[in-house]
Amino acid sequence: MDIVVLLKQVPDTETIIKVAEDGKSIDSTDIKWIINPYDEYAVEAALRVKDSQGATVTILSMGPQRAVESIRTALAMGADKGVLVDDPATEGSDAYGKAVVLAAALRTIPFDLIFCGHRAVDDDENQVGIMVAELLAIPHLALAVATELTDGKIRIVRPIEGARVTMESQLPALVTFGGAHAIWNPRYASLPGIMKAKKKPLDIKTLADIEVSAEQVGAAAARVMLTAMELPPPRQAGRIIEGDTAQKAQELVRALHEEAKVI
Amino acid sequence: MAQGVCIIGECRHGTFRRVSFEVASEGRRLADALGEPLWAIVLGEGVAQAAPDLGNYGVEKVYLVDDPLLQEYRAETYVPVVAEIVQSLSPKIVLFSADVDGKDLSARVAARLGAGLATDCTELKIEGGALRAKRPMYAGKVFGWYGWAADVWPQLASCRPNTMDCLQPDTSQKAAVEKPNVAIPKGNLTSVVSVEEDTSGRVDLTEAQIIVSGGRGMKGPENFAMLEELAQLLGAAVGASRSAVDAGWRPHSDQVGQTGKVVTPALYIAVGISGAIQHLAGMGSSKFIVAVNKDPEAPIFKKADYGIVEDLFKFIPVFTEEVKKLKASC
Ligand SMILES: Cc1cc2nc3c(=O)[nH]c(=O)nc-3n(C[C@H](O)[C@H](O)[C@H](O)COP(=O)(O)OP(=O)(O)OC[C@H]3O[C@@H](n4cnc5c(N)ncnc54)[C@H](O)[C@@H]3O)c2cc1C
Repeated sequence: MDIVVLLKQVPDTETIIKVAEDGKSIDSTDIKWIINPYDEYAVEAALRVKDSQGATVTILSMGPQRAVESIRTALAMGADKGVLVDDPATEGSDAYGKAVVLAAALRTIPFDLIFCGHRAVDDDENQVGIMVAELLAIPHLALAVATELTDGKIRIVRPIEGARVTMESQLPALVTFGGAHAIWNPRYASLPGIMKAKKKPLDIKTLADIEVSAEQVGAAAARVMLTAMELPPPRQAGRIIEGDTAQKAQELVRALHEEAKVI
Repeated sequence: MAQGVCIIGECRHGTFRRVSFEVASEGRRLADALGEPLWAIVLGEGVAQAAPDLGNYGVEKVYLVDDPLLQEYRAETYVPVVAEIVQSLSPKIVLFSADVDGKDLSARVAARLGAGLATDCTELKIEGGALRAKRPMYAGKVFGWYGWAADVWPQLASCRPNTMDCLQPDTSQKAAVEKPNVAIPKGNLTSVVSVEEDTSGRVDLTEAQIIVSGGRGMKGPENFAMLEELAQLLGAAVGASRSAVDAGWRPHSDQVGQTGKVVTPALYIAVGISGAIQHLAGMGSSKFIVAVNKDPEAPIFKKADYGIVEDLFKFIPVFTEEVKKLKASC
C-alpha cells in the first residue's frame, strides 16, 4: 500500500493577518509556519493505516525551501519519505496551476491512495485536492472523519449538511480530510522520530523533473487571480450591559429585539 | 461567443436547497448587469416538479436531467453531465453553491474545463464585463478580491450559503424546462453505502440565522442543555469552541472557528468562550455578537456588540426566561 499525503505549509493559525504593501498579499514578516492542520489530520490518517496494515507514506509538497521543515516534521511523525516541488516558475499559480503541478508530480510517485486536507487554512480554497483527483481521473471522497480499508476498497464517513454519509471507492482514490482535532488527534514528532527523520529521503524537484513546462503554471497561466486584499471593517466598540442579573437580561433582550432587531 | 449566466441548482428529495435560491438571485443580479439571460442546470431524480420554481428567482430556463442514476451526488455521474451542458451553453459565468457537494462539483468541473474558480464567495459583481469575486481567506481574517483573465470563459464561482440576498420570490414566474440529451455515465467507482439523515430537526450551523455557542466555560456536556433550550426558543443552532469539542462535550461538526466552521449568522451568542484568535476567525463576521463571560478581560468582549460580564450559570437561565416573555408577547 502506497499512500501519498499532499501537505501545504501555512502561517500559524495564531497569526494576526496584515496586508502587505502591494495590497494583494499578506505581510509575512515574523510568521511562524506550520503544517496545514487538515493536512496534519491526513498525515495522521495515513500513519494509522501504516500502523494497522502496513503502508509506505510519502509526503508531497509544493512550495519554497522553507516547506522542507514541515515535511521533516511529518517524517518525524512517522512518514517514510518526502518530495518537495520547488521551482520559481510556480510563483503566482492559481489553484488549477497548483493542481497541475501536484498531479504531474504524482505521476512520478507510486500511489494507491492520496490523502490531503479538504482545505488549507490560509487561502481556504477547498479546490486543489479535488482538482488533482479530476486531473488524475480518480475518485475523490470528501471530508473524511473516519476511514476503513478492506478488500482493496476504501470506505469513509463524512458529515454533510443534515446527514452523515458513508461512501466507498475503489483504489486508487483521493481522500480529503475534515473534522476536528478531537477526532484525529495527530501524534507528536518524538525525539527518536526527529533523529530518524533527518536520515529519511527527501527529494527536491523542479518543474523539469516532473515534465511540466513553465508556461503551464505560474501567474501568466492563472485563470483567476487575487487582485486585492482588504481587512474586514473594524467592529464598532461594543457595549457592556450593566445592572443586576435581571436588569442585564431585560436590557439584552430589549436591545436585541429593538436595536439590533435580530430576535 | 460566450453569453449568459448559468447556475447549478441543488435538489434534495425533490426540493431545492435554500442556497440554490440565493445562488439564483445572485445569478439574476449578474445577468442583469450583463444584460444577458440566466439559466440553471439541475440534476437529480424526481426534480421535474420543482424545477420551474427556479423561475420565481429569475431563472429563465432550466436544463433538467432527471434520472435515477442521479439520485445522489456522485462526481463520476454529475461532473461529465454538468461539464457537457456548460460546454454546449457556453455561458460567461457559472455559479455553484459552496456546500459539500457544490464544492466537489465546482472544483471538478473547473479542472475538467481548465477554468478559473473562486470558491466560497461572499460578494460577486461585474466589472468591465467580467466577474469579480470577494471571498474570505484565513477564515475571514482577511478578504481577497479575485479577477479572471479577460475573455477567458466560463468564469466559475461558488457562493457561500447565507451571504447573498434572496430575491423576493415572484411565484407568477415559472422557468421553462428543457431536457438536454446527454449520456449519463454508469459510474461504478464510488458508491454511497449509507446515509444517516439527521432527523433532530436541528438547524445547520452554516445556514443558521442565530447561533448560541458554548465553550470551556460550560464546564461539561450536560450544561449544554441550557443552550439547547435557549436555541430552541430562538430557532437557533448550537455551536461550540474547539475546547468544548476537544473535551468531547459536543460533536466536531459543531466547532466554529478557523479549523471549524466559518459562520455568518445575524446573531452569535458566545457563552463561556474566551475569544481566541482561531475562534474569532470563524465567527467574527457575524452581524451581531453577544458575549457572556465572567472575565471582563476576555478578548471576546473586544468583538462583542453586547457584553455581559457574569457567571453564565446565573445569567443564561434568567435571559432564557426573558426571551420566553418576549416570544409570548409577540
Ligand atoms: C491549529 C489550531 C486551530 C484551532 N482552531 C480552533 C477553532 O476552529 N475554533 C476554536 O474555537 N478554537 C480553535 N483553536 C483553539 C483556540 O486557540 C482556543 O484554545 C479555544 O478557542 C478556546 O476555547 P474556549 O474559549 O471555549 O476556552 P477557554 O479559552 O478556556 O475559555 C473559557 C472561557 O470561559 C469563561 N468562563 C469560565 N467559566 C465561566 C462561567 N461560569 N461563566 C461565564 N464565563 C465563564 C472564562 O472566563 C474563559 O474566558 C485552535 C487552536 C489551534 C492551535
